[in-house]
Amino acid sequence: MNEAMNNILNSRVPDGPLSEKWQNCKNEMKLVAPNNKRKYDIIVVGTGLAGASAAASLAEMGYNVKAFCYQDSARRAHSIAAQGGINAAKNYPNDGDSVYRLFYDTIKGGDFRARESNVYRLAEVSNNIIDQCVAQGVPFAREYGGLLANRTFGGAQVSRTFYCRGQTGQQLLLGAYSGLMRQVAAGKVQMYSRHEMLDLVVVDGVARGIVCRNMVSGEIETYAAHAVLLCTGGYGNVFYLSTNAKGCNVTAAWRCYKRGAYFANPCYTQIHPTCIPVKGDYQSKLTLMSESLRNDGRVWVPKDVNDSRLPSQIPEDDRDYYLERRYPAFGNMVPRDVASRAAKERCDAGYGVGDSGKAVYLDFKRAIEEQGEQRIREKYGNLFHMYQKITDENPYHVPMRIYPAVHYTMGGLWVDYHLQSTVPGLYVLGEANFSDHGANRLGASALMQGLADGYFVVPYTIGHHLATANLKPVSTAHPQFAAVKEDVENRVRKLLSGKGDRTVQEFHRDLGEIMWNQCGMARSQVGLESAIEKIQELRDQFWNRVYVPGVGEELNQQLEQAGRLADFLEFGELMARDALERNESCGGHFREEYQTEEGEALRDDANYAHVAAWEYTGNDSTAVRHTEPLTYDTVKMTTRSYK
Amino acid sequence: MISPGKKKLKLTIRVWRQKGSNERGQFRDYLLQGISPDMSFLEMLDILNEQLLDHGEEPVAFDHDCREGICGACGVMINGQAHGPDNETTTCQLHMRRFQDGDTIVIEPWRASAFPVLRDLIVDRSPLDRIMQAGGYVSVNTGQAPDGNCLPVPRHDQESAMDGAACIGCGACVAACKNASAMLFTSAKVSQLAQLPQGQPERAQRVLNMVAQMDAEGFGSCTNTYECEAACPAGVSISHIARLNREYVKASFCSTAEPTIPMK
Ligand SMILES: Cc1cc2nc3c(=O)[nH]c(=O)nc-3n(C[C@H](O)[C@H](O)[C@H](O)COP(=O)(O)OP(=O)(O)OC[C@H]3O[C@@H](n4cnc5c(N)ncnc54)[C@H](O)[C@@H]3O)c2cc1C
Ligand code: FES
Repeated sequence: MNEAMNNILNSRVPDGPLSEKWQNCKNEMKLVAPNNKRKYDIIVVGTGLAGASAAASLAEMGYNVKAFCYQDSARRAHSIAAQGGINAAKNYPNDGDSVYRLFYDTIKGGDFRARESNVYRLAEVSNNIIDQCVAQGVPFAREYGGLLANRTFGGAQVSRTFYCRGQTGQQLLLGAYSGLMRQVAAGKVQMYSRHEMLDLVVVDGVARGIVCRNMVSGEIETYAAHAVLLCTGGYGNVFYLSTNAKGCNVTAAWRCYKRGAYFANPCYTQIHPTCIPVKGDYQSKLTLMSESLRNDGRVWVPKDVNDSRLPSQIPEDDRDYYLERRYPAFGNMVPRDVASRAAKERCDAGYGVGDSGKAVYLDFKRAIEEQGEQRIREKYGNLFHMYQKITDENPYHVPMRIYPAVHYTMGGLWVDYHLQSTVPGLYVLGEANFSDHGANRLGASALMQGLADGYFVVPYTIGHHLATANLKPVSTAHPQFAAVKEDVENRVRKLLSGKGDRTVQEFHRDLGEIMWNQCGMARSQVGLESAIEKIQELRDQFWNRVYVPGVGEELNQQLEQAGRLADFLEFGELMARDALERNESCGGHFREEYQTEEGEALRDDANYAHVAAWEYTGNDSTAVRHTEPLTYDTVKMTTRSYK
Repeated sequence: MISPGKKKLKLTIRVWRQKGSNERGQFRDYLLQGISPDMSFLEMLDILNEQLLDHGEEPVAFDHDCREGICGACGVMINGQAHGPDNETTTCQLHMRRFQDGDTIVIEPWRASAFPVLRDLIVDRSPLDRIMQAGGYVSVNTGQAPDGNCLPVPRHDQESAMDGAACIGCGACVAACKNASAMLFTSAKVSQLAQLPQGQPERAQRVLNMVAQMDAEGFGSCTNTYECEAACPAGVSISHIARLNREYVKASFCSTAEPTIPMK
């Protein structure tokens, strides 16, 4: 193990009591004067909640922004798919919520593996997010009196989740997108859609630009700026099957890693308990059924392993509501990692239902009896509709069948309190960074984090960098741009030389299977060691046997996918390595060797209360593991219990 | 029901092939076998593409991302219908159980002069972004917002605003319209913001500018044939077009606002 003790990882956490740190930080940061802002160019890669909110806010302040996304429109970023809601500590329901409580739930939900100061700031700015979105015209659900409504989400005992039917991410993103479009019209944002970032340009140790492929013409283009914001989302598609959009990738983050940005906690992935089960080997993605369904749906399996009756014919006494049985305090509302593992445990023990035995029931019978079908339709209509579309079954009459699926990645590029990576001038926002969710993310907190980073954190911290870094003028004429561009062109050429006998999709499925079986819901030393070997073999095979059709100077979707997969094939190994080095179970990271007699996760705070941040050393198999110790001055690290 | 016993389909896929925006396109027929009725339409296209790659041919290019019916990236004409035969369903949410063994399925890109074809089934929908840039927003800078509960919104208005806000920007309304009009798209945003207190200060200017931009992009006029509503996967109703028309008349005659986008 390459455990380097070092003082490089300076997290720049401000002094003072937890509740005053952000204010202290803001008080001390240097500012860029209003009419100097127009002298600075900022590149924002990604237009999801994090990227769109940052790009719009920075442009409003006067900076010149260039924004990039791989879709044909900024509005299609994957944030659009978020269903359930966004948390905030407004305490409108008067049920005892507070900034502290939201902070505490989030840090506990993360299994005490997140930085206290960051999470507190997140809770602190959560209320501003709701105000900002309402002002943009985001149509949040309301009560009859016209005031904002809330629902409950997993891991919380208060109602603090704001929502727009089952389309909260869509409405929040359209709000941020509308702000972005306003700045495009004002000439402060140049929007580059259908552009994929393929590398980072670092000049004199500072991030100064990017190299992109224009996905329509195929041209490799360079862009220079004073700072680069990476807002490129999560890497869940390393598993091939996930609830992420098909284009989600690790490429942008991975290229930055190879240019010096440390990758933190890559093994922390979230497996969401309520997804529609896999149905065939042609399956291209998995569909989430929002966690909000667990407010009214009850999870169960038959008590008898051999019970093959239809669910409607199984009487109450023969059903095992295993979440209610094991976790009476939280019941069906336990956090995601707990619910997922419990489902896996039942299915592995043979109690699973459906053709594959890899599913459990999510039953609305009681809720419909108590509240009426109409009320359930109002709350979840679009989700029930989607379920029926996909499965051809009517969930108002038969219980849904669900199974856990890869959903979110807590790991990401390491950032300090300012959201700056280990490459000065490279900031990382949203799901692409590692900052706020520790080893497990609570529902409705990713939307909150993306918008917190983009609207209320980076607009302050970026100014400090610009005002203090003493940046020299750099344009794309600088030789470093030509050098990185050449690297990218060589890479594209190498991919296009692949004229073998296997398709990109076939390789991606193979990688996904290795990751899911060995680095998914349960991990072990033996499994992870074999995964690393298998990934290395698969990577060799990929470069020898892949078939990539066409040429580079055209719209070429296979080439795009091949490039992303090539990066996943490198990244997968780092992920397995990180899981192997973390000899404990925490949150979404469950090592079979480390569990209690009851099968609950066994954390090792004495040895692993730290962030693992990996440094690239020029070789895919010898990354160096640095650590950032996690100290808790305000909360006490406890064993997470939802019983 | 997940039933392995279901009969697999044999299909002829007649699909539009066009290498680039300046090249001529044509239909090509491909035979597909063993298609499971539980597959989604895009999974069927994935299989077609794997088959083409096996034969060393270039796969069919099509836009897609979320495959959950929400991002609006996917969208093709299927047997002459935008997003295919199902109501309120995007192409990615359409399933093969909707088709019969032996069917020929004709797949084309959106056809509208404002949406040039980039390759095969992919078109350029950037005019929709520019309509949004013309006024599809509330001018509020980050940090200026008052408390979220300071302006109550009657629940009915909020629900009705949400009905318009649900538009996914896929462009099916344009593709379904014989005039290739973007009225349903434009009206959805105008109507959302006209019904919320936050949208009031710019209400008149917004509708004038968004309509002017829509015309400038080369979309056709609305002649009330309602094909857009029938094709819309998000269930956006033509009542929003009626509201846009009222808003437009009101802004033209009862306000001092003038469009700042040059009229065509
Ligand atoms: C189905 C689903 C439901 C969810 N529901 C909820 C919920 O209810 N509540 C909640 O809080 N969270 C939810 N989440 C999580 C949440 O939606 C995401 O974590 C969050 O939206 C991520 O936002 P982001 O801005 O970081 O990234 P994204 O929205 O993923 O945006 C990434 C952006 O980066 C761009 N990009 C990526 N790579 C490149 C590249 N190489 N070059 C150029 N551009 C690139 C993309 O074009 C895109 O614009 C859900 C997630 C899923 C999958
Ligand atoms: S792929 Fe997103 S709507 Fe179809």
